[in-house]
Amino acid sequence: MAGSNNLKITPPRWLLAELTYACPLQCPYCSNPVDYSNYPSELSTEDWKRVLSEARKMGAVQLGFSGGEPLTRKDLAELVRHARGLGYYSNLITSGYGMTEEKIVELKEAGLDHIQVSIQASTQELNDHIAGTASFEHKKKVAHLVKKHGYPMVLCVVIHRENIHQMPEILAMAEELGADYLELANTQYYGWAHMNRDLLMPTKEQFEQAEAIAQAFKEKVAGKMKIYYVVPDYYENRPKACMNGWGTTFLTIAPDGMALPCHEARVLPGLDCPNVRDSSIERIWNESKAFNFFRGDDWMKEPCRSCDEKHKDHGGCRCQAYLLSGDMYAADPVCSKSPDHHLIDEAIASARNSALTADEKPLIFRNSKNSRQLA
Amino acid sequence: MTINPDQPLKFSPLHRLQWEEAQQKFVILYPEGMVELNLSSAEILKLCDGAHNLGQIVSELEQKFAASGLTNDITAFLDIALKNGWIQQP
Ligand code: SF4
Ligand code: SF4
Repeated sequence: MAGSNNLKITPPRWLLAELTYACPLQCPYCSNPVDYSNYPSELSTEDWKRVLSEARKMGAVQLGFSGGEPLTRKDLAELVRHARGLGYYSNLITSGYGMTEEKIVELKEAGLDHIQVSIQASTQELNDHIAGTASFEHKKKVAHLVKKHGYPMVLCVVIHRENIHQMPEILAMAEELGADYLELANTQYYGWAHMNRDLLMPTKEQFEQAEAIAQAFKEKVAGKMKIYYVVPDYYENRPKACMNGWGTTFLTIAPDGMALPCHEARVLPGLDCPNVRDSSIERIWNESKAFNFFRGDDWMKEPCRSCDEKHKDHGGCRCQAYLLSGDMYAADPVCSKSPDHHLIDEAIASARNSALTADEKPLIFRNSKNSRQLA
Repeated sequence: MTINPDQPLKFSPLHRLQWEEAQQKFVILYPEGMVELNLSSAEILKLCDGAHNLGQIVSELEQKFAASGLTNDITAFLDIALKNGWIQQP
């Protein structure tokens, strides 16, 4: 095991409950595993209730119900009610697809605190293309209903090369819909997004222009709307402090009950991620191999090991290091000190080339057929 | 945006103030985020109940903690709270 043994383990604060991989949409940047069709089994209502209770007892307080599309679970309101009774702050992370006014009211009565609605673009045509499903008008209606019923609302828009030119219209849409928070999430290139990277990554110029527009807007709406801006790390020279440090804050439970230190961690070899069907959250968090694997910094190699910034970014994202360099102990290639940093430059050049030559390669949409083929 | 001393202060309906047993702290919860509070900040926010204005909060806390001269500290904190959207004025 790579993790250090005499490390003080902090309790989880954030529980991400991925209730299901089922989703009526097909976003080509979806953060679910590419081979999600291999994991069709879902935890029962009773299992989820036990998971919520055990994690809450350890100190988790923020709870995200996500997926896939969590609205496809029939027991959502029951789980929300259970979570409220335990004192969680419950966030529903939804595409809005399948939401009705009755459901919004029912969830509110059950104790749901917040709804995050994602929209793919500012126009119907592009939204429906990216989502792979006609959903634009419905999503806007859902956003209005969320506000009508007194929830705080985060509007989430994933940004990539197909919609980045719509930045001004996206901002106007957020205002019109009455969003309290706007999450501008530059695509993170894992899984589906990694496969589609040549087609999704904006050029540096596009990104800088969009960022300047978003920045000006942020000042304009200060006090009314908050902006959560997820940076595109390929254009940075230091990696993100992934998960705030491995096994320090975040606990993700996948639909099949697998407990993950990060929702991408399933891809890492030899982690033997535990399953909540077999052990308690407390044992998983404190004792499992997976959650101790990258705790602390004993596992690091150079250049991270002797780097004076290692407490800031913990060497970056383990999944990104593995995905790009094939070595999960390596520095995140986003870091300019990484010997693999050229991989980032090459990825940027390749995407740029694809943008300038009007690449004819099609986007690979996230659906069961593609998942089965790629698994 | 600064505090109007004549108007009552109210905790935002889009946030939640809650005691966290595991952390032994009051926290403010909001979409995908949390702020940990020290005891005095929590005491101030608990009085933002829609019935107290600035002066009333100050005198109540000065009485409770048998202290005086708290006006500046409390006003400074309430200004931050207002800017962050944790409290509201009509
Ligand atoms: S990113 Fe799109 S396809 Fe993936 S779960 Fe969310 S809405 Fe569904
Ligand atoms: S060398 Fe490693 S620890 Fe240092 S800044 Fe780069 S990724 Fe972070």
